[in-house]
Amino acid sequence: MRLITHNMLKCHVKNCTDPDKQFPLRFKDVQLEQIDAERNDEFLVRMLPRIDWPALSKTTKELDIILPETVPGNPENDEEFLQALHTAILETHIKQGSMLCDGCGHEYKITNGIPNMLLAEHEI
Amino acid sequence: MKLKQLEGYLGDIAVFKEPKAQLEQYPTTAHLASRILYTAETTYGDIGGKSVVDLGCGCGVLAIAASMMGSSHVLGVDIDAGALETAQANIDEFELGDTIDLVQGSICNDNATGSLSINKGLLLRMEQAFDTAILNPPFGTKPGNKGIDVLFLQAACMLARGAIYSLHKTSTRDYLVKKAQTWGFECEVLAELNFDIPMMYKFHKRKSVDVKVDLLRLYKKRT
Repeated sequence: MRLITHNMLKCHVKNCTDPDKQFPLRFKDVQLEQIDAERNDEFLVRMLPRIDWPALSKTTKELDIILPETVPGNPENDEEFLQALHTAILETHIKQGSMLCDGCGHEYKITNGIPNMLLAEHEI
Repeated sequence: MKLKQLEGYLGDIAVFKEPKAQLEQYPTTAHLASRILYTAETTYGDIGGKSVVDLGCGCGVLAIAASMMGSSHVLGVDIDAGALETAQANIDEFELGDTIDLVQGSICNDNATGSLSINKGLLLRMEQAFDTAILNPPFGTKPGNKGIDVLFLQAACMLARGAIYSLHKTSTRDYLVKKAQTWGFECEVLAELNFDIPMMYKFHKRKSVDVKVDLLRLYKKRT
């Protein structure tokens, strides 16, 4: 799973409702891999408003990935920004490990790059 | 990519190792999957450079086809670990891991009353995050799953801001066209098909069953 997908995953255990704690999920014991992907600037610029930037910023900091704190005023003309964004969200793969919810402590496991978001009956 | 080429590649995709009847696991054929994605891109421009979500991705046929037709980012969601394992193996085999992500999750939840509802907890953060949704959802023929086809389509309408391509029993057409309206979408029938579901499960008596199926395209209503 890449960070673009991680940016869409939040904890949804019953009664875990603090938006600041349930998202983004915190990575634990993760194995990362960087895989080249073709860059499409039109796609990146169009996806920007759909990304939760504070969450992405927090996550990339935790993983020691370089990304600006804020989105520049003219992202479509900012080569450095676009490359950093592309690498962060589309080329950074999380292969193994888990994701923790800071709110309720639930652990979502990642196996072979696939996060398991299924919950037990009492957690729904 | 040309249609025949796409169909050729998709024909090599590994299918369900141990299909589960309760989940209505039938592979989407290479013939159908190639035509859906080829049309979606060449007629409507809904795939190339777009973000695509495949709800109930199974072994990943539609997701892989989307990536091959130029999607910049594809997410496949499925409830079954076995299917996802096969899907990931297919993705690795075709070296499409640079554009396709998989997530194990449930599109629907069981209510206390015994009916189903959309798993909003999982899907909320994905609302409107995708350009296009493609799906071959369960038809709701198994006990406890009545209405699951409608919920999958509704979930697709939550997640995709542009267009949705989905397969549904022709008998549900009028109902779905009305429902789509309430969700803010127009609905057109792109093709009428006969699903030839082969005898995959022990309880099937005949060699295969013919089910009339619509390929639907839903798109946002102009406001």
